[in-house]
Amino acid sequence: MPTFLREVHMKRHNLLDILFRNITRLSAFAVLVLLVAIMVSLIIGSLPSIKAFGFRFLASAEWNPVTDEFGALVPIVGTLVTSAIALLIAIPVSFGIALFLTELSPRWLRRPLGIAIELLAGIPSIIYGMWGLFVFAPLFADHVQPWLIEKLGPLPMLGPLFQGIPMGIGVFTAGIILAIMVIPFIASVMRDVFEVVPTLLKESAYGLGATTWEVMWHVVLPYTKIGVAGGIMLGLGRALGETMAVTFVIGNAHELSASLLMPGNSISSALANEFNEAVGKLYTSALVELGLILFLITFIVLSLARYMLYMLTKREGSTT
Amino acid sequence: MLTLYARRRLINAIGLGISALAMLFGLIWLSWILWTLLANGLPQLSMAVLTQMTPPPNSAGGLLNAIAGSLMMTFLAALIGTPIGILAGTYLAEFGQRGWLAPTTRFINDVLLSAPSIVIGLFIYEMYVIKIGHFSGWAGALALSILVIPIVIRTTENMLRLVPNTLREAAAALGAPQWKVINLVTLRAARAGIITGVLLAVARISGETAPLLFTSLNNQFWSSDMNQPMANLPVVIFQFAMSPYQDWQSLAWAGALLITFSVLSLNIMARVLFRQKSTTY
Repeated sequence: MPTFLREVHMKRHNLLDILFRNITRLSAFAVLVLLVAIMVSLIIGSLPSIKAFGFRFLASAEWNPVTDEFGALVPIVGTLVTSAIALLIAIPVSFGIALFLTELSPRWLRRPLGIAIELLAGIPSIIYGMWGLFVFAPLFADHVQPWLIEKLGPLPMLGPLFQGIPMGIGVFTAGIILAIMVIPFIASVMRDVFEVVPTLLKESAYGLGATTWEVMWHVVLPYTKIGVAGGIMLGLGRALGETMAVTFVIGNAHELSASLLMPGNSISSALANEFNEAVGKLYTSALVELGLILFLITFIVLSLARYMLYMLTKREGSTT
Repeated sequence: MLTLYARRRLINAIGLGISALAMLFGLIWLSWILWTLLANGLPQLSMAVLTQMTPPPNSAGGLLNAIAGSLMMTFLAALIGTPIGILAGTYLAEFGQRGWLAPTTRFINDVLLSAPSIVIGLFIYEMYVIKIGHFSGWAGALALSILVIPIVIRTTENMLRLVPNTLREAAAALGAPQWKVINLVTLRAARAGIITGVLLAVARISGETAPLLFTSLNNQFWSSDMNQPMANLPVVIFQFAMSPYQDWQSLAWAGALLITFSVLSLNIMARVLFRQKSTTY
């Protein structure tokens, strides 16, 4: 090839290289733009409400579209309480599942069981909602809630949490369904981080005569605690933002009640139920502000989760 | 009094027993939900569901317009989200060794991966629906595409990282410029994995309800106009299931069965196509 032709050729490829690299870079940059755009548009949308209520919005339990008086306390509390219930149930169960999948299950069963748990994560949330409302809630009201009210209701500390009438729907039911939904997420993170524990460590413990449970509790868990915490935070992030399943079963009542068996509301279900029917600028804006609060809370939780998981992989990289 | 040894054995047995119970606990919910769907949905499935429009209350009908709307919006969302996702994922894997952009994007992307989808709906409402003044199929597709992007980015990056460096070096040694190496060698080698990512993303969005509530809303009639409010399966299921009408509730169960089994088969298909473990939590 003559020299000048080769130079033209090189130039063309250099140009294409730069072009290609910048197109991909632009796409990566688009993700950041997206995040900023979400934040900014939510802030702009909630400006009228921020101006009208200020910080009072966070502390007031008032939610009255007629008098245009809005406060976010009830949905915020609902979101936090349902997520807390979900985690209380999901953490031990997920730990058990991860332990079973990494240590106990016969090798040939691991893959199918793992897939089954991941399918649980694949079921759309609206299906959880329908199932919760039509199948789970009636059974819960008939068989579990009367027992809870009778046995736990009179207790001194716990009592107020379990009073009322067995309705099936309510904050507690929402928490249970959320738990089922986040179990697969937490369990699969836990399984993945348990698998990074060096075999040498585990075998040393076994060699000293430790039982499987002791290896799990005293070797694997301390080694992976950051990752486990990250997985739990990830589950929390999911639980906080989950919409449809909660909307079906939480009861959508803007009332603050000490009892977990009473209907309540969460940020996401308030949005799902009321946004399209909201009339008036302030009403809409208050709902957008709810969305902004939800986004900020989940953003912080998920950032922490990712940070913890990165810490684990980083450490793993430095020790092996 | 138990000896120390016996006590340790006992604790071990209890712990492992509880762990097996936890596994069973997870499987019970899965089978219970699937059973409910089959029991309630199968009797309602008929040709009418697939050939007729969503009915007014208390009359017979089907879900054709909702199914068509869902398919259209899902397809368009994947069409918008996939190229951006693949390009950004390529940047993270191939050019992301230096600078601040790649680590930041990776972090933000991982956060967006599990961001609440209802907030995405709210975002599109603020950015698009308010501007054009009405709900539309495009708004729905846009909202869904924002959910597609992070999933595709994550799987693309993961899959490209699995491609051995020797392959890139071999191509470069033959004199191929970088864009050719990436397009003709690395991306091609990671093709199966990337398709898996797209399938998982489609599975995820085809069941999403929350982001469609404020964007495409719903439409009782047949409409293939993306500029109009558009019927879609999840929102129809939501509306019908929450209604007091028996016919609507039956249709909701049929829709729920359809949607769940298509989502689950997409999930399984993705896993069969690419047997290596792919993390998308």
